[in-house]
Amino acid sequence: MTVKECYEQMGGNYDDVMSRLRTDERVIKFLGKVVSDTSFELLTESLKNHSMDEAFRAAHTLKGVSMNLSLTKLYGVADKLTEALRGRSDYGEDLVPLYDAFKEVYLHTIESIKTLQN
Amino acid sequence: MSGSKRKILIVDDSELNRSLLADMLEGSFEIIEAENGTEAIAILQEHELEISLMLLDIVMPQMDGFEVLSMMNHTGWIKMIPVIMISAETSGAYIDRAYDLGAVDYISRPFDERTVKHRVACNFMLSVRQKEMSDMLTDQIYQKEKDNSLMIEILSHIVEFRNGESGMHVLHVNMITQMLLEQLVRKTNKYHLSQADIRFISTASALHDIGKISVPEEILNKPGRFTPEEFEIMKSHTVEGANMLAAIPFRKNETLIKIGYDICRHHHERYDGKGYPDGLKGDDIPIAAQVVALADVYDALTSERCYKKAFDSDTAINMILNGECGQFNPLLLECLKEITPKLKTELKTVSLGANAENKLQDSVKQILRADKVAASHRSIYLFELERQKFRFLSDISGEIIFEYTSVPETLQFSEWCAEFLGVPVRIADPSECEEWTNVFPKEDFEKFLNRLKNTSPENSVVTEKYLLNINGQQKWSKVIAKTLWSDSEAEAPDGAIGKIVDVNDETEIMELLEKQAEHDSKTGLLNHTAAKNRIDTLITEARSRGKRYALAVMDLDNMKKANDEHGHLFGDEVLCALADRMRENIRVTDIAARMGGDEFILFTEYKDSSLPQIKRIFKRITVPFRNFEVSISMGVATTENFEGTYDDLFKMADTAMYTVKRGKKNNFCYFDESMRGLLESGEVRNDG
Repeated sequence: MTVKECYEQMGGNYDDVMSRLRTDERVIKFLGKVVSDTSFELLTESLKNHSMDEAFRAAHTLKGVSMNLSLTKLYGVADKLTEALRGRSDYGEDLVPLYDAFKEVYLHTIESIKTLQN
Repeated sequence: MSGSKRKILIVDDSELNRSLLADMLEGSFEIIEAENGTEAIAILQEHELEISLMLLDIVMPQMDGFEVLSMMNHTGWIKMIPVIMISAETSGAYIDRAYDLGAVDYISRPFDERTVKHRVACNFMLSVRQKEMSDMLTDQIYQKEKDNSLMIEILSHIVEFRNGESGMHVLHVNMITQMLLEQLVRKTNKYHLSQADIRFISTASALHDIGKISVPEEILNKPGRFTPEEFEIMKSHTVEGANMLAAIPFRKNETLIKIGYDICRHHHERYDGKGYPDGLKGDDIPIAAQVVALADVYDALTSERCYKKAFDSDTAINMILNGECGQFNPLLLECLKEITPKLKTELKTVSLGANAENKLQDSVKQILRADKVAASHRSIYLFELERQKFRFLSDISGEIIFEYTSVPETLQFSEWCAEFLGVPVRIADPSECEEWTNVFPKEDFEKFLNRLKNTSPENSVVTEKYLLNINGQQKWSKVIAKTLWSDSEAEAPDGAIGKIVDVNDETEIMELLEKQAEHDSKTGLLNHTAAKNRIDTLITEARSRGKRYALAVMDLDNMKKANDEHGHLFGDEVLCALADRMRENIRVTDIAARMGGDEFILFTEYKDSSLPQIKRIFKRITVPFRNFEVSISMGVATTENFEGTYDDLFKMADTAMYTVKRGKKNNFCYFDESMRGLLESGEVRNDG
């Protein structure tokens, strides 16, 4: 699979990332870092513990990462979750669908990157 | 500064973001990374002078980007290090706030390699240019000031050489003027003199005699007395000098000229109004002229002139104070008296070159401070040099040396020390750092910081012993620190340097010796002197706290029998057993002691009545020891309604014991007023 195909599969914008990061090698290198990044685990854990500050930061980081790598679809769900968490001190059930939506796209993205790596 | 790459600090909590930026920039720069604000501050602390630029994220744990910016404002780093914000936040409020706090640029995600590289390079070049400009400015100011002082000195020396003087007079007057003024502002704010005023006046003091250029040489250098006509001509040098300055075209408003005018014209006025040329009185005479006049007289007296020999400093001061050389402002006379010791040494060491250089450095420093120019390369270089020296010395000393900074609070060690103690090289917020509080217990450390805070620039050294945990061992350590003050007027120090010395062995020996000195070697109980000291303290406290104590004095009635029938070893065993019994039957706060021989005392606290307690103790200690009947006579006195010292209380208990001993023995009784006669007869102790 090429990087371009991988981006199509993840719902990302290949042209955009190439215009900014310039080479396939660099894009692959940083996609690899998405796989090893632990922000998603932190997000899941802190939502479970209702520690909202940390959840916000984790979502914020994921949003920034997806933005940097032009992972457009992931960015969309990360942005919604981040905004729902911004300045919030109490956990609420309304976060569940947002988290689930994010999780689905995230896992799919990771899956695609792993396929590209092999 | 050196040929190596410029350093850029990247602060972002996401490792991915940091490496993305590092990847883009590492070709041209050396990258240092920090994953949160606290870490960034610690790195700035260490490398502030080496960081050329900083990329800063906003949303981070511990300390966010805005807090980092505020801190940089506080420390002044923001003026030296350009900060570019990097953030996914694109809202105007965020951007405004970052700019308000002094960020130079704002790059929003997603990063574009060209944009990042370009903006970093641009801002970097800007700040480099700015530093170069400030260096140039420093050099120019330096040169200009140097030329200025040089011209003034040339001018005034011309006058002096004509006068047949060494040329030192101008320098001396300059220095005395400065010292007098500094002393004066320490005493009073009456004359509203700023540091800049002092600088102007002491510089302009060199001009005080320029009017003498118009006085004919025969009069100027005449060894004998002046005729009245000659004296009039001599006196004219004041007005002439002032006129010369006033006649300088276009420069009438220069501060130096104005002050010079005052000094020239009025340095022969007298405080009582009997001077010349205008007969001004008191503070109508400009303060600049008053000070220079006094400096002029003092130096004239202490130097050799064509008409006189030099007087020593004390004679000169006395002559001035006695009014033999004119009338001066009493406040200034006080100043002169106060600076005399310093004057004597300073005037001896003054040399032409050194003085000029001193003043030059002072004024350049002052100008730089006034204009708030950021640190120049020159000072950065000097600072860096000092830092290297300090590091090297602390590393080779093999001692634990630390640097403490109060804002932001940081503790710093050399690598060797950090490794030795098992702590990081830099510790931000040390009271909250577990690795550090493991070494230096938090409570003690905070007490120590408090002591640092309470120091003053004059009294800046703190020495204290603490029990530290070094390499897993509890060790008594002496912590010696000196606080550092950049500004002597500040309320709190900027930080401190210090050293931690292992005094464990020393302390343990001392403690052992102290313990030995206080205890009886046979029974391990306190000895009489130690017990007396402690009891005295308790008696004093008892009065204010409303506590009650009972003192029991006891004597083993049949000690002689034990020794005679069972041998001395057995006698010793009885004493030890008795000591053990006493220890077992009192509280830790009570006191048991052996007075010597077979006599013991007990000092115990009680609530309502001491009787049950005394009864119980007496019963327990008189149990037979290995079939040996233990018989004890015990006298008791309490602190109830008692006003005296330990010795008085002891005599009362002792008298009571004596009463028991004279009776049937093996019993106890309390002191009561019926025994007063016996006590006062003094025959108690003689009985033995």
